[in-house]
Amino acid sequence: MSARSIFARPARFAAIAPYVWMVLFFLVPFAFVLKISLSETAIAQPPYTPVFDFTAGGAAIKQAFAALSPDNFRLLISDNLYIFSYLRSLVVAMTSTAVLILIGYPIAYGMARLPKRWQPVAMMLVIVPFWTSFLIRIYAWINILQHDGLLNRVLLKLHVVSQPVVWLSTDSAMYLGIVYSYLPFMILPLYATLAKMEPSLEEAAADLGASPKHVFWLVTFPLSLPGVGAGVLLCFIPIVGEFVIPDLLAGSNSLMIGQTLWLEFFMNKDWPVASATAVVLLVLLIAPLLLYERLQRRQLEAR
Amino acid sequence: MASSRISRFNIASLTLGLAFLYLPIVILVIYSFNASRLVTVWGGWSLRWYQEFFNDKAMIDAAWMSLRVAVASATIATVLGTLAAVALSRGENFRGRTLFSGMLYAPLVMPEVITGLSLLLLFVALNAERGFWTVTAAHTTLTMCFVTVVVQSRLGSLDRSLEEAAMDLGCDPFRAFIAVTLPLIAPAIAAGWMLAFTLSLDDLVIASFTTGPGAATLPIRIYSEVRLGVKPEINAICTLVIALIAVVIVVASLASKLTSTEAKRAAPM
Repeated sequence: MSARSIFARPARFAAIAPYVWMVLFFLVPFAFVLKISLSETAIAQPPYTPVFDFTAGGAAIKQAFAALSPDNFRLLISDNLYIFSYLRSLVVAMTSTAVLILIGYPIAYGMARLPKRWQPVAMMLVIVPFWTSFLIRIYAWINILQHDGLLNRVLLKLHVVSQPVVWLSTDSAMYLGIVYSYLPFMILPLYATLAKMEPSLEEAAADLGASPKHVFWLVTFPLSLPGVGAGVLLCFIPIVGEFVIPDLLAGSNSLMIGQTLWLEFFMNKDWPVASATAVVLLVLLIAPLLLYERLQRRQLEAR
Repeated sequence: MASSRISRFNIASLTLGLAFLYLPIVILVIYSFNASRLVTVWGGWSLRWYQEFFNDKAMIDAAWMSLRVAVASATIATVLGTLAAVALSRGENFRGRTLFSGMLYAPLVMPEVITGLSLLLLFVALNAERGFWTVTAAHTTLTMCFVTVVVQSRLGSLDRSLEEAAMDLGCDPFRAFIAVTLPLIAPAIAAGWMLAFTLSLDDLVIASFTTGPGAATLPIRIYSEVRLGVKPEINAICTLVIALIAVVIVVASLASKLTSTEAKRAAPM
C-alpha cells in the first residue's frame, strides 16, 4: 500500500463533520422550502398550515400528501408580477454580465501584462474591495448619486447639465451598482487564465504576420474563454437573485425576483408564495449551478 | 521581455479600473469626517459623527452582535472547511464525494435570498429560538464553503512527497498531517478565517432571514437607516468597519508572509 493511500483513509474521515453539517444546513432546508411552497397560506405564526406532522402516523402523512396543493405555483404563473420579475432578473443579469465582460476584460488583460513582480500587488488591489462590505460599497454610491451628491455637483460645475439629474432610483444606478460590486468576480477568473497563457503563442502569431488585432481575436481571446465562462457563471447566478442592489439603487416600479421574494416574505408574510418563488428561481438556476459546480471541481481537483 | 508587452491601453484600463473600484470608498471615508450635517456640503474636519455612533446604544449593540457572530461563525467554519478541504484533496475517491463537493461549491454562488429563506424554514421547523445561534449557524454554512476553496487550493499546490516522506520515516498519517501538512497550510487557514470573518460581518440578507426580534446585526441596522436616506453617522460606522477590515487584511498578509518564509526555510520547495 502506498503512503498516499494510507494517508487517504483518515483523510476521508475528515469529511464526516462537514458532510453532516452541509446535509443538515444546506440540503435538508431545501426540502422544507419545497414542502412549504406546497402548503396553504394561513394567518398564524408561523404563517402556513403545517403539511407534515410525522408524529401523527402513516395515515395522517397520506392525508397530508393529498392536501399538498400546487396553488402557489398556479399563482406564480397567473400573476404577471411574478413573471415580469423573473424576466427582469434574467435581463438585468444578462446585461450586467455583458457589461462586466466589457469592463473587466481590459482590466484583467492589463494586469496580466504587468511585469511579474507587480502582478500580485495588482491582484491584491482588486481583491481588497471584495473584502469590504457589500452594503457599504452600495451606500458609498448613494452618497455620490443622490440629488445634491458629488456627481451632480461636479456635473453642474462643469456645466455639463443645468439641472441636477435624478440618478438614484433609476436602472442606470442599479446597473452601476451591480457592475461595481461584481467587477472583482469577473476580473479574477479572467486574470487567472490570461496570466497562465504562454506569451510565445501571441509572439508566434505576430511573427507569422498577424496584426495586433488579429493576434487578440484569433489567439488571446479564444484561449481565455474558460476564464470568461468562469466569470460569467460567478456573476450571472448571484445577480439573478440579487436583492440589496436593486432595492437600494433601482426604482420601485419594477422588481427583480429577489425583491419579490423578500416582499412576499417580510411584508406580506406569505411564506408559501415566497417559498414557491424560491423553488422556481432555483429551477431556473439549476443548469448554470451544475455547470459552475463542474467547473469549480475540475479546476481544484486537476492540480 | 515582459515589461515591453504592456501597452498604453493596458495602463489606461488598469488605472481607470482601479480608480473606479476605490474612488467611492475614498469619498465615503472623507465625508465621514465632515463637520456639516448636510452630507454633501463640506464643513471642515470633525469627529462628531463618530461620537454620535458611540452614543447610539442600538448601533453599538448591533455592532457587538455582529462581531460575536463573525468570530464564532468564522471559527467553526474554519474547522469544518479545513476538514472538508482535507477530505476533498487527500481522500481520493469516497462514496458521496460528488454530492459533498456539490454542496460545498453551490453556496458560493447561490442567491442569498434562497439560502436565507431555506435556513429560516429549517429553524422554524426545528423550533429553534432565533437569534445569535441561528445567525451563527447560517453564516457558518455559507462561509465554510469559502474556507474550503481557499484551503483546498493551497493543499492542491503542496508537494505531497513531503507528507509521504514523513510517513516513510515512521509517522502515522495523523502525525504526518499535524507535523508536516498543517504548518504548510496554516497561511491558507488563516486567510480562510479572515475571509469568513469579513463575509459574516458583511452579510445582510441571510442574517435578516435567520435572526429573531431584538437581535439585529450591524448590516441590518445600517440597511434600515440607509433606506431612510444618507446620514453622516452611517458614513462614520462604515469607515470604522472598513478600518477593521483593513487591519484584518494587513494582519492576514503579514501572517501569511511570515509563515510562508518559515515554511520555505523548513521545507525548501
